[in-house]
Amino acid sequence: MNTILFENVRIIDPANGVDQSGRLLVRDGRIAGTDTAGAEGRPEGAQVIDGNGAVLSPGLVDMRVEIGEPGFEYRETISSAARAASAGGITTIAVLPTCKPAIDNPALVRMLRTRGEESGAITILPYGALTKGCEGRELAEIGMLHEAGAVAFTDGNRAVDPARLMRLALSYASGFGAMVVQHPEEPSLAGSGCATAGALATRLGLAGIPTAAESIMIARDIRLAELTGGRLHFGHVSTGEGIELIRQARARGLAVTCDTAPPYFDLNENAIGDFRTFAKFSPPLRSEEDRLAVCAALADGTIDAIASDHLPRDADDKRLPFAQAATGGTGMVTLLGVTLARVHDGTLTLPQAIALLTHRPAALLGSAAGTLRTGAEADLCLFAPEQSWLVRAGQLPGRAQNTPFDRRPLEGRVLGTWKAGRRVYEAGPTAGAAA
Amino acid sequence: MANPPAAPAAPAEPGRNTRHLLGLEGMTPDQIEPLLDLAESYALLNRSRKVPRDVLRGRTLINLFFEDSTRTRTSFELAGRRLGADVINMSVAQSSVNKGETLLDTAATLNAMQTDLLVVRHSQSGAPALLARKVDACVVNAGDGMHEHPTQALLDALTIRRHLGTLGGLTVAICGDVAHSRVARSNIHLLTTMGSTVRLVGPSTLVPSALGRLGVDIHHNMEDGLRGADVVMMLRLQRERMSSGLVPSAREYFRFFGLDRRRLDLARPNALVMHPGPMNRGVEIESSVADSSQSVIQEQVEMGVAVRMAVLDRLTRSRRAA
Repeated sequence: MNTILFENVRIIDPANGVDQSGRLLVRDGRIAGTDTAGAEGRPEGAQVIDGNGAVLSPGLVDMRVEIGEPGFEYRETISSAARAASAGGITTIAVLPTCKPAIDNPALVRMLRTRGEESGAITILPYGALTKGCEGRELAEIGMLHEAGAVAFTDGNRAVDPARLMRLALSYASGFGAMVVQHPEEPSLAGSGCATAGALATRLGLAGIPTAAESIMIARDIRLAELTGGRLHFGHVSTGEGIELIRQARARGLAVTCDTAPPYFDLNENAIGDFRTFAKFSPPLRSEEDRLAVCAALADGTIDAIASDHLPRDADDKRLPFAQAATGGTGMVTLLGVTLARVHDGTLTLPQAIALLTHRPAALLGSAAGTLRTGAEADLCLFAPEQSWLVRAGQLPGRAQNTPFDRRPLEGRVLGTWKAGRRVYEAGPTAGAAA
Repeated sequence: MANPPAAPAAPAEPGRNTRHLLGLEGMTPDQIEPLLDLAESYALLNRSRKVPRDVLRGRTLINLFFEDSTRTRTSFELAGRRLGADVINMSVAQSSVNKGETLLDTAATLNAMQTDLLVVRHSQSGAPALLARKVDACVVNAGDGMHEHPTQALLDALTIRRHLGTLGGLTVAICGDVAHSRVARSNIHLLTTMGSTVRLVGPSTLVPSALGRLGVDIHHNMEDGLRGADVVMMLRLQRERMSSGLVPSAREYFRFFGLDRRRLDLARPNALVMHPGPMNRGVEIESSVADSSQSVIQEQVEMGVAVRMAVLDRLTRSRRAA
């Protein structure tokens, strides 16, 4: 096949502790080696890509993505999601089972994996439904889903409510070495709330969700994980209180992990001012204090991964009175740029940020992706960390346009994305660039 | 799991000199072996149709079944009749328990009838022990809740001993719904007492790690659990385990925890296949395995009658000598 030589790049590969300028060689779709000693020779017939000092990292691994397919193709399809992923430097996505039908059947798991392979642009790691139909009543066929290739088990944005069911789920899944992913929100406390309980929600007249809804669920499930020996992960944590419970559990040696998403470390509840439904999330955007707690937990390692929490919704789902509007935002295209905002403000180092976007989520999912180890599949992201661009809803690659970051200037632009050595994205000279 | 420890006043130690058989926990090898020897002799007499009919002549045995059972009740009834006892079957449907009588009122009534042997099955753990404290009859536990089913474990032991010549040094895999199984608990007590290694195999919802406190090995992977086993003892998976969410589906259960030929081949060559019945073919056990030459399931039923004869004989000896 072909040979590609990346020259003049800053290679960042946190899985192997690499952060050095140099060259990287790809042969036949796999990483053939890195060269940081300043050698000159070029292999015969190699395609040479001059990075001009840009960063070359593993393709990003996004551990929390919802796709509309099957069932909600008007929101997003696998191929439109693949376009969005490639534009965001993402080469591996873990897909939530909350489509229609829910991914509670081994054939659907295999279908999603195959459709990812067919796209040529992304690896799809399917989550299996934790309960049948993601309805929160009976356990799904976790063993058979696991065998078919489901990487972990969750009901997506629906919290597993009865404590007995969560206990059974953690216990049963542990027999297969499978991870259970919880949406950390106590449903009866969240009720019909749509914003974080506090001064802003009170002023806007919106039903509030207390931060305790998150911490109570996290505390309960940590206790159940301790009881069952189950492997527990919390998706999109957003409160200082909840994160502190996870920090303490890990200090006790429990295998409890968590991820968060850009809205929770880049926005706070003020983003919903004037009833902006594009900033309506579940869990809701929190106070500035909580946002800072999320940043601190990213820096100290308590949070294991940053996921886009990509949730495609069309305009009709969002252009409704605030309480009736859908939650969630599209996030794959902006994942890297918003994360780099935390590098530019000094919260994270660049290798820390890349680790949170590559090998750390890959490790949680048991995936070999997220590394530049010689012999690994050449999934690569080339980006210019200082180059700015403007997020424009309506012009994002992919179908879903419900971004909370509309009109936001971001520093850090993906220049190119390679999947198994094949280029799947190339930034246009002006496309999306800031004026 | 849910068993409260026996109250101190209860005749919990079903030793040589107690008149009840409430459980096998605490029994010693020198109590178990002679009972099995006696059962063995009854097995031979049964086959030659030469059972002495006068052992329990004039004695009354009441089968008091608060839970439906055909096999166990029939087995006890046959055992009693072969030894010459008058056998009465009382099932809950006909009894005054349904009219609101308490368990202890029932006990008092039966006591007044000069019953010699009371064979009790009840859905509540500890119910036979409660009855035993209130009646003059010898009480035999024919299965109480999730606690014990001593005659089942004894007949399993007799079957194993007849085939493998010993009850010591064996590796026995007990597979399936151990958490809710009185059969498993009695077998664990007996087999560990006799010096064998017991492995419990099943999903963690049915084989919780707390069972490890009973001195057994826990396996959540069927292949690991069966490897090198001398005996594979399958348990029945009740349908209600699925409706209560402990197991996602019958097909998933069979896929990971069903006994098929491929898995059985991981055990010792000619390992025994056992099942207390009634079987769910295609759920916990494949038909071809249940009917294979390694299966001793029918022999278990035969030994059941012999073991129960031995128990009835043994428990009433001091009473008959008096």
